[in-house]
Amino acid sequence: MDGGLSPALLAELRRACGADWVFTQEHQLRTYESDGLLQYHALPAAAVLPGSAEQVQAVVRACARENVPWVARGSGSGLSGGALPITEGVLIVVSRLNRIVEIDRENARICVEPGVTNASVSAAVAPDFFYPPDPSSQIVCSIGGNVAENSGGAHCFKYGFTTNYVCGLEVVLPDGEMVMLGGKELDPPGYDLLGAFVGSEGTLGVATKAWLRVVPVPETVKTLVAFFDSTHAAGEAVGEIVTSGVVPGAIEMMDKLAIEASEQMAHAGYPVGRGAALLVELDGAEDECEARFEEVVRICEQCGSDDVRVARDEAERQLFWKTRKAAFPAMGRISPNYFVQDGVIPRTKLPEVLDRIDELAAEYDMKVANVFHAGDGNLHPLVCYDGAVEGEAERAEELSGKILEACLDAGGSITGEHGVGVDKRRYMPKMFGEPDLAAFQKLRCAFDPSGLANPGKVMPTPRLCGEVPGPYRRHPLEVAGLAERF
Amino acid sequence: MAAAPVATEHPESPEEAAELLRTLGEGGRSVRVRGGGTKRTWAAEGEPVALELVTDGLGRVVEHNEGDFTAVLEAGMPLIQAQERFAATGQMFALDPPLGEGDAATLGGVLATADSGPLRHRYGGVRDLIVGITVALSDGSLAKAGGRVIKNVAGYDLGKLFAGSFGTLGLATTVALRLHPRPDETATAWGASADPAALAGAAATLARLPLEADCLDVAWRDDAGHVLVRFGGAAAERQAGAVVGRLRAAGLDDVRASADDEALWAAQRAGQRSGAGAVLKVSGRPADLADVLAAARGAGGSVVGRAALGLHWITLDGDDVPGRVEAVRAALAPRQCTLQDAPASVRAAVRPWGEPDPGALVVMRRVKERFDPARIFSPGSFVGGI
Repeated sequence: MDGGLSPALLAELRRACGADWVFTQEHQLRTYESDGLLQYHALPAAAVLPGSAEQVQAVVRACARENVPWVARGSGSGLSGGALPITEGVLIVVSRLNRIVEIDRENARICVEPGVTNASVSAAVAPDFFYPPDPSSQIVCSIGGNVAENSGGAHCFKYGFTTNYVCGLEVVLPDGEMVMLGGKELDPPGYDLLGAFVGSEGTLGVATKAWLRVVPVPETVKTLVAFFDSTHAAGEAVGEIVTSGVVPGAIEMMDKLAIEASEQMAHAGYPVGRGAALLVELDGAEDECEARFEEVVRICEQCGSDDVRVARDEAERQLFWKTRKAAFPAMGRISPNYFVQDGVIPRTKLPEVLDRIDELAAEYDMKVANVFHAGDGNLHPLVCYDGAVEGEAERAEELSGKILEACLDAGGSITGEHGVGVDKRRYMPKMFGEPDLAAFQKLRCAFDPSGLANPGKVMPTPRLCGEVPGPYRRHPLEVAGLAERF
Repeated sequence: MAAAPVATEHPESPEEAAELLRTLGEGGRSVRVRGGGTKRTWAAEGEPVALELVTDGLGRVVEHNEGDFTAVLEAGMPLIQAQERFAATGQMFALDPPLGEGDAATLGGVLATADSGPLRHRYGGVRDLIVGITVALSDGSLAKAGGRVIKNVAGYDLGKLFAGSFGTLGLATTVALRLHPRPDETATAWGASADPAALAGAAATLARLPLEADCLDVAWRDDAGHVLVRFGGAAAERQAGAVVGRLRAAGLDDVRASADDEALWAAQRAGQRSGAGAVLKVSGRPADLADVLAAARGAGGSVVGRAALGLHWITLDGDDVPGRVEAVRAALAPRQCTLQDAPASVRAAVRPWGEPDPGALVVMRRVKERFDPARIFSPGSFVGGI
């Protein structure tokens, strides 16, 4: 099966990558039909695994020549269907591009290929430095995927996101040209194309090398878990901590249902039945940490926590984190299926949004567990359902969508870290008006006038680029009636 | 020096500004955006414009969400006013560029030039601190990107594209900011040396330590320099005291620490600007510091810079400034040196911009074509004649 790719294109892909690295058989392509969001699946016409930046460029060039769309894929752990293949297109899998190109400790920089995993960046610069963005999937997720999604993680409230740590990218543009955006240095002359590229979900090109900034490992880390009767009380503690001027490395909350599920998996001795658990981690200079930590303990107690547990050693700290990170997989123990939602609210709106989620759960008669990156108001409601019951999945999805609307009503966002991908396209018009989407399209057209890089993602409806300047040509999607020109 | 524009307009709202731009776009009449007018001579002179759009009517606080540490401001607001307002609630916008004559620099002007100050060491630049933006384009549209929450990956990050675009893509009308707690106390440790290698060594040592300092700067003037490190927060004085020994061990002289440090940092900010001389901003690497100091010394210049970021400002004053600008550029090549402040005679003799990657420049031109197809925003003033 070749999905209609021309023999000439297939031959060129094989010439570029080697025949062993071009897959067109269904059983080979199945591996790549979904990313981490399994409800979306599609087989690409071909999957290629280039072994060098030049091979990526050759593949993209060949696709450009034949006007064939393509999707770049890292480890496939994304949660918005951002790496969902296109049936008539090519999937460019960057996992063989997994070399660490250069470690420059003098300048606190590391250059890696896009298939390198997030965790191996920190490992490569240890023990003096680390790479702060730490998505939960960091053991498997790739830097290329992190760049596409502008990945965050538990520590981004203090340290920032991928976009704050990428200082340069080698990028293959959709027309096949290879360009450098940024470099090892900050503030190169010209537009900040690097800033526009990071987080563009693979729609502006494919990165083939990334220069990342790494930072010194903090002198000390102190971690506690405090239990509260309600998420309201825990939310109040979060507000007090942040307003007091403490900038925790991480501040994570779990509600009753999430505690119950996680404890079944992690066996950390958490009190099942308590309303909320708050994990607070301070890192930094010893003195400052020590002083601030006492303040955090006091605030938790003032806000009604009668059970504050301080990690006595690294093993206990790891156990606290294991319990927090177990929250997603542990849902499988209390529910046959679940959807993970990713919404953001202004932190002070936490109580009213949680009340709204409770109301919605009651209205739909479904369980919703909540875990949050509480410092930055990033909610991950887990909507539990039984896929074996007809119509349940649809109802759960509807409920999940209403939770997003509640986030938007509170002044928030439809995604804090998972991206829009294919999954949240339909919510984009709820957050952005037509002039906003038109401005996004201007950027997209500057990078990809032919619309070949990951089409059908991010934007709510397919759009084509008018030619600036030059004669008007009908795009194949337009001819097929699948898209309109804006 | 830019030619005097024929007229000025002072729109009173984002909508009014957008409508004005629509008219200009349709008529193909070019416009230069001006905030506080403190950095007018940065960028290339460009083509003459028909109009200057002054943002003094766009100075409102749209929101200040204290509990959320965010604010939405119109871009014409002077930064100093915004900071005063935030300070009253124990907060700050963690960006401290020099504010220019009369402290007139506006949020929009700082955004457009991506200017920054010593706090960039800890908090990043304007690109890292804005969470949303609304822009008025030459088709009369008002488009927003981002939002007003501190974490958000929905849609393209146009805020970063507009930061440092020198008003050549559109007019930023409204900006959403992430705020930070304002430290009650600060303290600074500093040490001196007449040996550039000793300064560079001390700065490199400090940059590699997990100090959690707010600022880490270097200064060089008249054959001697300093390394300065500033801390904020309850433990600031103790932290500064703890660094004293490290500065001494690194071979610096006259090492001191003080909580009365405001003047030191005002001088660092002031060192990024010059009334009569020329200022070159060097986009370098942390390990370039010794080379930067050597190049400045060779050209008889002074330096202030962010040691751990590799960003430095070299001021050249006196005779044959154009020749010395080129000498510094040649000494530091291939690092990019952008001319910021400079008298007209220097501007006439020296290109202001460095050279972007040729491939990236092609994309920059396409970005300009898409956002400003009528080419009305400060044409010819940006890199590569954009």
